[in-house]
Amino acid sequence: MTPLIELRKVSKYFGPVVSLKDIDMRVYAGEVHCLLGDNGAGKSTLIKALSGVHQPSEGQIYMEGQPVVFNSPRDALDKGIATVYQDLAMLPLMSISRNFFLGREPKKKVGPFTLYDAAFAAQVAREEMKKIGIDIRDPDQPVGTLSGGERQSVAIARAVYFGAKVLILDEPTSALGVKESAVVLKYIVQAKLRGLGVIFITHNVHHAWAVGDTFTVLNRGRSYGTFKKEEATREQLLQMMAGGEELEALAVELDLIAKKDPTTAAQIEHKAAEELHKPN
Amino acid sequence: MAVRTQDERLRPISLWQRLLLRPELGSIAGLVVVFGFFAIAAGGSGFLTWAGTRNYLEVAAQLGILAAAVALLMIGGEFDLSVGSMIGVAAVMMAILSHPDYGGLPISLSLVITLGFALLIGYFNGWLVLRTGLPSFIVTLAMMFILSGANIGFTKLITKLTIVSGLGDSLAKDPLSFLFTGAFLGLPAAVWWWLGVTLVLSWVLLRTPFGNWIFGAGGDPTAARNVGVPVRRVKITLFMLTAAAATVVAAIQVMGLGSANVLQGMGKELEAVAASVIGGCLLSGGYGSVIGAGIGALILAIVQQGIVYTNIDLDWFKVMVGGMILGAVILNNYLRKLSMQVRR
Ligand SMILES: Nc1ncnc2c1ncn2[C@@H]1O[C@H](COP(=O)(O)OP(=O)(O)OP(=O)(O)O)[C@@H](O)[C@H]1O
Ligand SMILES: [Mg+2]
Repeated sequence: MTPLIELRKVSKYFGPVVSLKDIDMRVYAGEVHCLLGDNGAGKSTLIKALSGVHQPSEGQIYMEGQPVVFNSPRDALDKGIATVYQDLAMLPLMSISRNFFLGREPKKKVGPFTLYDAAFAAQVAREEMKKIGIDIRDPDQPVGTLSGGERQSVAIARAVYFGAKVLILDEPTSALGVKESAVVLKYIVQAKLRGLGVIFITHNVHHAWAVGDTFTVLNRGRSYGTFKKEEATREQLLQMMAGGEELEALAVELDLIAKKDPTTAAQIEHKAAEELHKPN
Repeated sequence: MAVRTQDERLRPISLWQRLLLRPELGSIAGLVVVFGFFAIAAGGSGFLTWAGTRNYLEVAAQLGILAAAVALLMIGGEFDLSVGSMIGVAAVMMAILSHPDYGGLPISLSLVITLGFALLIGYFNGWLVLRTGLPSFIVTLAMMFILSGANIGFTKLITKLTIVSGLGDSLAKDPLSFLFTGAFLGLPAAVWWWLGVTLVLSWVLLRTPFGNWIFGAGGDPTAARNVGVPVRRVKITLFMLTAAAATVVAAIQVMGLGSANVLQGMGKELEAVAASVIGGCLLSGGYGSVIGAGIGALILAIVQQGIVYTNIDLDWFKVMVGGMILGAVILNNYLRKLSMQVRR
């Protein structure tokens, strides 16, 4: 099966900063591909390369087997890659239906004028939201009156409606509570069942484990590799995500310091306490 | 699958909740209060007469034309503090081009040339703001000084004065000046321009795809760009529109008076912002109403003209304007918060 989207040896440099180095990754239709890694690992940079915000410095992206270049977010969108950003998903003061169609307004011709078809927008927004289980009373109500999970859901519904083949979600659950996250995770699965390839970025290994089929772990711009769910355990994944080996090394080091030199450790502690209690 | 009835799904939304979604709600309340106040305080001394009404409508019209464009620009997330100086520049330019001693052109031709120049300045404003990434507040503040300074400089260089007068003949010769000075149904041309500009721009904002882009570009430019809104084009167009509105106001003033003054339009930029804010525009962009800006202009004009009919000293006008702005913004803020309460 040809992957929906494939990265071969993709690197991205910002001046001297190496954000991504030689990344290989394949996303297939009908799978949830989780992208994991610590802060600064390069996850956002990777999806920005996929969504047309950045162009890779080296390497090539393929879509359904064909090499592609995404010149702008709009370009990627037109080619079927929709991205839902955690914070930039919606304009809170704008109505649900206007948000839903922002940038791709439905048009109707009235005489010589091309108008925004508000009635159509309202109807579609309501129907599409209903399909994912949210019954909005009034598509004219501002998005700001929806809860965080519902807002994410509007963004996902929008991407699905506009025929996205690949849906990229950058930490959609990071600001959400347990219930709200569950709502969003449900739509991720729904999108996958509809045959989309979903790239799901998260820091939460439980969320990743709940919906993911495949996992790619990034660390300092490099890939630790891709694992199928059958091939790994949750604990292994967690270790890789947190840079487990480094953590272990650090624990040992701290332990050593404490054992070898209790006086220094105590002094450091004392000094820190003094600093804290100083006025100003 | 259970079929639900239309009625149940569309549970009625109360009229109040619908009204709360209108940015201009607060300004309508303000209009009622201000009109009521002057109707009581000055109703007996001519405020309510046709002449009194015409008076404040004319003042409102000039400010309103400007405010309509400024409101759109604010909804698009930008400011233009140079728009007042632009009026002065456009007025003097038009006057010099048409003056028998200098340009000698028909006034309508001067208007077209001036409009072209204004659009260029508007484009430059927008380009500079987007290019530098600096707040438009700062960029257009600089432009305000540059325009008004250059205006005085050039005008003195050409005419040795800061006033260009004696346009009466060239105005009389040009039938098109009627479009700016005439009257229809007892109302001066300026009022018709105001109504026209307000209705057209409000229609653009609410009924066209471009209007949706304006909200998007102002509300969150990055998000809007990511979903494909041509944010640059939208903002530059709005800067050009604002400069064009300044030119229309300049044309009304020059053709009405038969002269131009380099100080014309001074301070109008802030009055237009005030009208827009009273009308529900957010300083941070992405929210507001053109109709509201029109109502805001009307409120300011009623205060300015109404005070003449009362015993209150004119010096207090600015105090009242300041109070109006504060009151309106606090009210608008409160109403918006109400409308944003989670409803589901
Ligand atoms: N525009 C840029 N210019 C310079 N450096 C950048 C730029 N964008 C990202 N980087 C750098 O690239 C690295 C990877 O950043 P990125 O945002 O992709 O990490 P991330 O995995 O998304 O982290 P987080 O989990 O915190 O969101 C970081 O070191 C960051 O400083
Ligand atoms: Mg990130």
